[in-house]
Amino acid sequence: MRKKEERKESGFGGGPGRGPGAGPAMAMPVQKAKDFKGTFKRLLRYLKPRRMQLLAVGITALLSTVFSIVSPKIMGNATTILFNGVMAKARHVAGARVDFEAIGEIILILAGLYLLSSVFAYIQQYIMAGVAQETVYDIRKDVSEKLARLPLKFYDSRTHGEILSRVTNDLDNIASTLQQTMTQLITSLITIVGIVVMMFSISPLLAVIALVTLPLSFVVTAMVAKRSQKFFKDQQKELGRLNGHVEEMYTGHKIVKAFGREKQSIKEFDTINQRLYEAGRKAQFISGTIMPLMMFIGNIGYVLISVVGGILVTKRSLEIGDIQAFIAYSKQLTWPITQAASMANMIQSTVASAERVFEILDEVEEVPEREDATVIQFPKGKVEFQKVKFGYKEEAALIEDMDIDVQPGQTIAIVGPTGAGKTTLVNLLMRFYEINGGKITIDGVDIRDLKRGQLRSIFGMVLQDTWLFNGTIRDNIAYGRIGATEAEVIQAAKAAHADHFIRTLPEGYDTVLNEEASNISQGQKQLLTIARAILADPAMLILDEATSSVDTRTEIYIQKAMAELMKGRTSFVIAHRLSTIREADLILVMNNGRVIEKGNHQELLAKGGFYADLYNSQFTGASLEREAI
Amino acid sequence: MLKLFRFLKPYKFSIAGLLVFLLLQSLGELYLPTLMADIVDDGIAKGDLDYILRVGGFMLLVAVASAICVILASYLSAKAATGFGKDLRSRVFAQVESYSLNEFDKIGTASLITRTTNDITQVQQVLIVMMRMMVSAPMMCIGGIIMAVSKDAKLSLVLLGVIPLLAGIIIYTARRGMPLFKAMQAKIDKLNLVTRENLTGVRVIRAFNRLDHEKVRFGEANRDLTDTAIKVNQLMAVVWPIMMLFMNFTTVAIIWFGSVRIDAGDIQVGDLMAFILYATQIMFSLVMASFLFVMVPRAEASAIRINEVLNTLPEIKDPTAVKEAGGTKGLVEFNKVTFSYPGAEQPALSNISFKARPGEITAIIGGTGSGKSTLISLIPRFYDIEMGSILVNGVDVREMTQESLRAKIGLVPQMAVLFTGTVTDNIRYGKEDATDKEVKEAAETAQATEFISQMEEGFESVIAQGGTNVSGGQKQRLSIARALIRRPEVYIFDDSFSALDFKTDARLRAALKKDTVNSTVIIVAQRVSTVMDADQIIVLDNGQIAGIGSHKELLKNCEVYREIVSSQLSEEELA
Repeated sequence: MRKKEERKESGFGGGPGRGPGAGPAMAMPVQKAKDFKGTFKRLLRYLKPRRMQLLAVGITALLSTVFSIVSPKIMGNATTILFNGVMAKARHVAGARVDFEAIGEIILILAGLYLLSSVFAYIQQYIMAGVAQETVYDIRKDVSEKLARLPLKFYDSRTHGEILSRVTNDLDNIASTLQQTMTQLITSLITIVGIVVMMFSISPLLAVIALVTLPLSFVVTAMVAKRSQKFFKDQQKELGRLNGHVEEMYTGHKIVKAFGREKQSIKEFDTINQRLYEAGRKAQFISGTIMPLMMFIGNIGYVLISVVGGILVTKRSLEIGDIQAFIAYSKQLTWPITQAASMANMIQSTVASAERVFEILDEVEEVPEREDATVIQFPKGKVEFQKVKFGYKEEAALIEDMDIDVQPGQTIAIVGPTGAGKTTLVNLLMRFYEINGGKITIDGVDIRDLKRGQLRSIFGMVLQDTWLFNGTIRDNIAYGRIGATEAEVIQAAKAAHADHFIRTLPEGYDTVLNEEASNISQGQKQLLTIARAILADPAMLILDEATSSVDTRTEIYIQKAMAELMKGRTSFVIAHRLSTIREADLILVMNNGRVIEKGNHQELLAKGGFYADLYNSQFTGASLEREAI
Repeated sequence: MLKLFRFLKPYKFSIAGLLVFLLLQSLGELYLPTLMADIVDDGIAKGDLDYILRVGGFMLLVAVASAICVILASYLSAKAATGFGKDLRSRVFAQVESYSLNEFDKIGTASLITRTTNDITQVQQVLIVMMRMMVSAPMMCIGGIIMAVSKDAKLSLVLLGVIPLLAGIIIYTARRGMPLFKAMQAKIDKLNLVTRENLTGVRVIRAFNRLDHEKVRFGEANRDLTDTAIKVNQLMAVVWPIMMLFMNFTTVAIIWFGSVRIDAGDIQVGDLMAFILYATQIMFSLVMASFLFVMVPRAEASAIRINEVLNTLPEIKDPTAVKEAGGTKGLVEFNKVTFSYPGAEQPALSNISFKARPGEITAIIGGTGSGKSTLISLIPRFYDIEMGSILVNGVDVREMTQESLRAKIGLVPQMAVLFTGTVTDNIRYGKEDATDKEVKEAAETAQATEFISQMEEGFESVIAQGGTNVSGGQKQRLSIARALIRRPEVYIFDDSFSALDFKTDARLRAALKKDTVNSTVIIVAQRVSTVMDADQIIVLDNGQIAGIGSHKELLKNCEVYREIVSSQLSEEELA
């Protein structure tokens, strides 16, 4: 499941590839930000610390562009000199010759300008690389720190994939836009303005002709984009359906096979695939006509300039080199304009990305610790619930006025069918969630008066959902206590009956658990988490006895290890074993998220309620009595 | 990537057409400067207004023709590229559907999903870009060279010097950049890993009070990625300015040498202007081609993953000579069966022999890892065994078609999987032509009628993807109904009652008994209470049979069974 949610576009954060010809992007529908202006401003705030670099980027971009805008005009002068020289020669004017000194001079100037333009373009890109990546680094850091301060409620109400995609994909998106699009936008604007100025200074008439094609380009792009939008939407919809079908069929592969439904599944796939093809083909085709149409419009401008320019030259009101410059300018102008739409889209989707990231930054944090938060030096393990009220949603209380009094060393068993919400109590004890009323005290101190870190270190936790990280077995056990020695780690492993299996692994304690920790069995993972808890040596314990996916032998080890761990410690056990339940000092029976009964084994049996029912079904079975007689 | 291009074969005419149109278009595009040169040399030089207008009109025609060509090309490329995607997708999906569980285990479900969806989309996207730019780039380049040489062969020598140099630079940066890109991808993955661990392990991290430690870990990964990303982008920052510089210097060189040649009377001014445009065209196409280096590696990883799927053939195939089942209906026999998962050191099952007879309940018990689920997945031939034989109705499962074998079996898996569709659709999944009455009966036996009728639209209520709108117990009951409706000869329940409450469980078992009188029933269970009244209990331990018999017999002579029982039932309950 987890992997599925995270299917990421393997984006090269800020790589190239967004260069010229970002073809269909301009016609694709984009996700829009809800509050464009606000988010954009906020994004700019992240750039503020680097405003000096940004200023440098702006200046170099300006210089680089200006140089590249001036050069066609100068080059045109060379052509003019050449042309006039040749013409004069053709007309046999006395002493007529091509003025090579002048041309040589112009060429040197040109070479210099080009060199400068390139150097500045390089400096600009070079600085921007740092600015873009460092900015994203900052945002990523903020997000990570924010995540550490968010309550469990936040994590439980969202899929991991959703959060992850914001930390990775969305930030990638921001990085590449900062790197590419931002500077492109700046240079494009300068280019357009500069070229228009140059055009008018050369020949207002030709300039007007060239500019007439501009609105035409905009209109055509907008029209085509609008038409293709519909097909892109269709394509997106069909792609979603197709992905859904694939996901469903693959995850249910066993069932598909068992019921011999491969053919139907393929048939259904092909139907959706065909529709996807139709939509995709149309979307691609229509959006693919944007470029040719733009080129065509560009060509019309080109022809007009050639013809009108030609006429003007014959009328001596324009130099030949100016036509050349003009053609160069009109070509240079097409590019920023064709890119305008795609840049606008890019920026929109980036702001939408930024908005999603900022949403995380705006989440409500955990209730801050009290300034005078205390520490229990030597916790004894006395726990009291006084009139505790709690519900995941304010309006639906799951626990009301619950009173529990746990003496040091006692065992509390939490029982109930699967999905009965047995982790709720864990959430409250560890203060992963805030209670809505009453109070929970440890050794008489309200847990809200304790430092969170200290409260949590009072408890040791072994859950069924074993969490180990991608690292060596030694590091995973040592996670229980900062600065644990090698000897302590091994001792903990021995106490958890894990030492033996660890030593049979080829790398022993240095075995690196892979990403899914699939290189050791579920039961072995559980032993490691027990070792981790033993090493932490907590005053109290929260245990999940569920060992459903463990073989008999390992199960016995786990039982022994847990018994060892529970000795002399106040323990909250999500219990599955009868012996644990019957010997518990207090049993909390849960169903549908509520604590519905509490008492010890005898009391609850006598009550003849839910617990009695559960007990009879799970641990005896109707036929047992018959057998026993 | 190239290997996948065989899927373009059906579109060879489209692609041929595409190439022709693009060549025509690039020629047209290149013809325009020539015409402009004519305007300059013949029109302007001679002051012939009429000529200028005529050529101008002709230029417009060329522009129109070129636009038409490129639109046609765009049509063909859209058809070929999306068609390619469609064919490839269809091929991959069919291939995966033919896989046995073995191949699924090997590649992984999540990865297979990504390969069929994202990876193919990625490749298709790159193909579109390639067709749009990469194809026209060489055309432009070739066309440009032809025109340039025909205009002035000597002046083309300038190009001869520049093009290899430019190509060299492109290749050099690609070589330098590629490892950096790869390193960056690895670092992105690392950052994702740390982030994901932080998300999944949030409870443990907080419980052990290790937030600071994680902060450092994330910080390191973040710093590492940022540094590499900066390096990559700083390298890439060189590319564009250098390309521009080359293009511009070439132009300058052309002007200089061109001037000399004009002065000598070898060419005319208009020719020079056209020549400059050709040169720009050629070099621009080279720059375009350089994006190939960026695009292709992106799709390359995807292409490799797709190819892996296409090259992985299902291990389990139907026999050529099919034997029809003739023996006792529903009889399942294991004869000295040994099975190992691929790459495993130890067999998951060894030397398993037993018979499950029709009308009887055979229960299998043992801890997970003992091989229970493996054992039952051998019956529908989800995996092929190494040694021994498995017979259903007296015929080896390898001698039947998978279809006819599985038609005899009603499987209820451990994890109840439902599909998008109505409740009826889901139950009818077991038997396509089942009548409404049959659907209702199956639901009734599976104790599902009650909750179905409480749903808003009853049997027509829609089950969401993954069955998220029904509870675990409800899913299990629907999954049981789906198996019941087949009226199979062999029922396999893989720990399928775990999410049911006591009363439903009891009622369901009672109802089932009536429905399965003539069928073989095989039940996998964790709890002793579930299996105690089975006709025979098979106790598995570490892939071997530790005992077969009734509850009483096993209590007497099977140590492992006693161990399991004593861990679950207390002393007095055993007495």
